[in-house]
Amino acid sequence: MTDLALDKPVPPNAAGPNRTAPTARRGMVRPSPTALGVGLLLAVAFGLLPLVGSEYLFDAILTPFLALALAGLGLNILTGYAGQVSLGSAAFMAVGAYAAFNLSLRLPELPFVVDILLAGLVAAAVGLVFGLPSLRLRGFYLAVSTLAAQFFVQWVFNKVGWFSNNSPSGIVTVPPLSVAGLALDGSVGRYLFGLSVVSVVTLVVWRLVDSPTGRALAALRDHETAARVIGLPVLRLKLLAFAVSSFIIGVAGVLWAFAYLRTVEPAGFNLDRSFQILFIVIIGGLASLRGAFLGAALIVVFPLALARLGETLLGGLFDSGVLEMSQRIVLGLLIIAFLIAEPAGLSALLDRLWHRIAGRLTALCSRLCPRSGSNRSV
Amino acid sequence: MDWSFFTEVLVGGLLSGVMYSLVAIGFVLIYKTSGVLNFAQGALLLFAALTFVSLTERGLPFWAGIALTLAAMTAIGALIERTVLRPLVNQPPITLFMATLGVSYVIEGAAQLLWGTQVHGLDLGIDDLPLEIGGVLISTFDLFAAAVAGAMVAGLTLFFRYTRIGLGFRAVADDPLAALAVGLSLDRIWTAVWTASGVVALVAGLLWGARLGVQFSLSLVVLKALPVLVLGGFDSIAGAIVGGLIVGAVEKLAEVYAGPLVGGGIEGWIAYVAALGFLLIRPAGLFGAKPVERV
Repeated sequence: MTDLALDKPVPPNAAGPNRTAPTARRGMVRPSPTALGVGLLLAVAFGLLPLVGSEYLFDAILTPFLALALAGLGLNILTGYAGQVSLGSAAFMAVGAYAAFNLSLRLPELPFVVDILLAGLVAAAVGLVFGLPSLRLRGFYLAVSTLAAQFFVQWVFNKVGWFSNNSPSGIVTVPPLSVAGLALDGSVGRYLFGLSVVSVVTLVVWRLVDSPTGRALAALRDHETAARVIGLPVLRLKLLAFAVSSFIIGVAGVLWAFAYLRTVEPAGFNLDRSFQILFIVIIGGLASLRGAFLGAALIVVFPLALARLGETLLGGLFDSGVLEMSQRIVLGLLIIAFLIAEPAGLSALLDRLWHRIAGRLTALCSRLCPRSGSNRSV
Repeated sequence: MDWSFFTEVLVGGLLSGVMYSLVAIGFVLIYKTSGVLNFAQGALLLFAALTFVSLTERGLPFWAGIALTLAAMTAIGALIERTVLRPLVNQPPITLFMATLGVSYVIEGAAQLLWGTQVHGLDLGIDDLPLEIGGVLISTFDLFAAAVAGAMVAGLTLFFRYTRIGLGFRAVADDPLAALAVGLSLDRIWTAVWTASGVVALVAGLLWGARLGVQFSLSLVVLKALPVLVLGGFDSIAGAIVGGLIVGAVEKLAEVYAGPLVGGGIEGWIAYVAALGFLLIRPAGLFGAKPVERV
């Protein structure tokens, strides 16, 4: 058993080049389906949903979904793209949340957008410190050492009263959200704020993973020694991955605290939260931007759906204890099933589905109208 | 400095370290032979303790309870191996780790759905009286636990050294391909390993359950075992024992001498920090095999 490092090749996102192949084959210049899809999604999310959505939809589903998706995106940079496993994501969320709380409390003259950036930077700095072991450790040894971050950070926020403004219960209420004089403390306002932050960060991450740096990270993941041999600055790349990932997870923590819960407490950022974020990345698909969103959607919606289902099927027998246990069981089974049946996650599943539909459509088109394939609705 | 107090703390720490080793050994068994870091070990431990307690509370005699629980653990171990790990053969180690994380969620949920979530007391019939040896007070229960752990390690060592299947274990741990080539059945050996780790989980579950009470938090014992593994190396039983002793001693000494300075409660992370500091000097742990990577 020599070759047990975790940085083995991760199945790349099956999307790849063939996603745009149909367009290229026709030789016409038109926006790729991905760009169209993303544009459509953004239009619906920004324009349509705030008009038609209910308060429940925003408060219980969409806002936590956005925060968790962002955290998943952050972890995906570290684990999916750079191949370094972390079990301490919740700690960096906590750092971001507490940093933003203290900044808005102690430096009220700073605009909130600056608070967020600074909170992200603080999380990045903490991430850098806890990323230092990655210079010497690999695989499981590194994964276990990130648990040090998890437990240490949670302990600090529990013990040092200054961080929670000496609140006796340790739970603090964050000030209402407002950006540039615009109050955003309603359900829709907080949702739109979260959506804007997530959109901007996702755009930046998309550019990053497509850049030479992103490819260098993938090389580091696929074979660290080989990456070193071809002259990549492996140590600097690892620290960069830790810093960027922690920055994003820290910002996700700000969203979690300010847009979703409106309170901060250390217990909300425990090991279970870290695992939850890891599950999002695994279920959604490693090294895939969509994966974080798909995974987060599943993780947020599935407990609610299960609760509804249990209530309908079992009625009174289905109390909160049973619900919690069956959620644990189903979540565990879901993870196992995904790992066995589709290790590349929901993202790859979606791709396969898409290709099948597109294939059917092409076949149908060529049968119905043999000469033109251009009226396909892609 | 009061040396007799220091010795007392140290001995107490070493003895509770043995309890950590007990959990860590279950990990090592599986890691050594199949390269899986089995996060579900804590859940298995919880399941074993909970099953045993619930059975004896329903009036089953002690040994019948042990036998039934043992049978259940064997079945679960074999089931996990068949249904979860076999389809994942040749996947990267992180995938396997994640799968055991999923398994631990399933077992934790199932155990509590089956037996309820209340806290059970577990009495193994050992009085926890302080025993005075050379002016140092030592808990009888800790001594008993240490003796059990010692017996188990001795048993495992004999098993590995002198039985055919033990030899098979070592062959697989050494080189799975070569083991296959000489005609060893990997399937049978892996099933046996999972069964063995189920037995270790039962022993550890009973001892920890008697110490903490049988409840959900029992499965968190796994978090105590991880720094032990990191310190000792994931693939060494000797490492698990030495690592456990070190972690136990460091934890108790730090809690008593450094804890008051920073407000206490540091036992949650001090072991991790200690293990981390140590790893920076020896990245593969005390006894771990140094991985060789080829380009």
